[in-house]
Amino acid sequence: MDNLIQFAYVVSGALFILGLKQLGSPATARRGNFISATGMLVAVVAALLDQGIVEYQWILGGFVVGGLIGATAARLVAMTSMPEMVALFNGFGGMASLLVGAAALSTATGTFTLVTIVLSILIGGLTFTGSLIAYGKLSEKLSSAPVMFRGQQIVNSLLVLGIVASGVMFCLEPANPQWLYLVIGLSLLFGIMAVIPIGGADMPVVISLLNSYSGLAACAAGFAVNNNILIVAGSLVGASGIILTQIMCKAMNRSLSNVLFSGFGSGVTETTEIEGEIKPISVEDAYYVLEAATNVAIIPGYGMAVAQAQHVVKELTEILEKNGAEVNFGIHPVAGRMPGHMNVLLAEADVPYDQLLEMDDINPRMENVDVAIVIGANDVVNPAAREVESSPIYGMPVINVDSARTVFVLKRSMASGFAGIENPLFYKDNTRMLFGDAKESIGGLIREFG
Amino acid sequence: MVAAEVFLTFILVLAIFLGFELINKVPATLHTPLMSGANAISGITVVGAISLAGTGQQDLANWLGAGAVALATINVVGGYMVTDRMLAMFKKKEGGQNG
Repeated sequence: MDNLIQFAYVVSGALFILGLKQLGSPATARRGNFISATGMLVAVVAALLDQGIVEYQWILGGFVVGGLIGATAARLVAMTSMPEMVALFNGFGGMASLLVGAAALSTATGTFTLVTIVLSILIGGLTFTGSLIAYGKLSEKLSSAPVMFRGQQIVNSLLVLGIVASGVMFCLEPANPQWLYLVIGLSLLFGIMAVIPIGGADMPVVISLLNSYSGLAACAAGFAVNNNILIVAGSLVGASGIILTQIMCKAMNRSLSNVLFSGFGSGVTETTEIEGEIKPISVEDAYYVLEAATNVAIIPGYGMAVAQAQHVVKELTEILEKNGAEVNFGIHPVAGRMPGHMNVLLAEADVPYDQLLEMDDINPRMENVDVAIVIGANDVVNPAAREVESSPIYGMPVINVDSARTVFVLKRSMASGFAGIENPLFYKDNTRMLFGDAKESIGGLIREFG
Repeated sequence: MVAAEVFLTFILVLAIFLGFELINKVPATLHTPLMSGANAISGITVVGAISLAGTGQQDLANWLGAGAVALATINVVGGYMVTDRMLAMFKKKEGGQNG
């Protein structure tokens, strides 16, 4: 029986790998997800065959409760709330690993197992509270501004030392539960401390990283209960999270440690004077320009998600195309609050994915664009990243909308972006500001066409 | 027994390299579904939790295991369903130029 179970785990591992591979292309992604879910089913059924299991009611209870909550949440969540949803799920995964680690203690033998128990508790715990904080910031239940205070680095260093010390003590005296409680408590606290100094615009990095941690926590739990499918699946997730983290950091031209520790945008005060003036435009005038345009690029940002404007954007796209214009979307890798955030929103609004161009594909075409429409994006189109060496975002790759003949910036007011950085784009000669709620502004344009 | 740790570490290292290779080529447009799909996979902890929740001992480990089953199941069920919901929306442009 035991061999059969192990063999089923091999099958399940292969299905996960196959599933992830198929997730790599939009055409096969849905099937890939299904294959991966089948792998999970195989693993769960195999685990249920374990002869050490004498009663099933608690397992069933867990399935029913978890399944109901998970299915309800997955069904009801709005696409705009996807980032906080993923953050929350990450947190649950982390907590599950913490509990498995703690429960494994009753049968633990040997230092190696004890170390892996500490690791699964540590990673699981910090994933849990870190994800909760990320959830709070993303859903605006907490302020998304970075929280910094004097001596923060020292407090965090002491925390890490405390975790290491109590972890070591736990491995030396596993019979003494107070060390275990200390490891749990400090790990939970560390998760909070690690995420509060990170601002809203850096959330894509944090979510990717927490995603990676939730995998690594499962991996550590796999060592603790001596189960290789946990290790395989956990490390696949861990690796994928790390790669996404790297991609996000690269897209912001910042190192991971800079994102995690600098409290970016907490107290930036810009002193550089920007030449030029701001030129507002009315919906009516904007319509005349758009009506004559044959090549339009739309660059969405977090503001489009906030205004829930994706459906009117799609409507405008269709009108422009009927009017004979070519319309493309330029998606910056860190636009929005999680990797691929804009793509999901536009997919929801039925925009075909081959119309969404990545930054490197849209930039060379920008010179031929008649009108670039920036919807609720700021830092990802900021030319200061190329031109102003003193700017905090200098060197970050951006979408060069200023090379287009005309730029419309849809913006609620003149407040600077999330990172608190002035944007010279708004002062350029070819830029026109269309102030107001993005959804209403676009609705106005659609009415002009109608 | 000596080989168990080495064997598990061996699996770990290979799986991490495999993970890097698999994910490296995923296009940006699929990053969100990839993340929530990977998140569902990390609910594999449920497998470890099942045996702990079924010991019938009514002790602390049993309760912790049951809690872990519930949490990991949220992750698995919610993760796969929401990923499927997202992926169902991704469409290719149909037919003609201005479809």
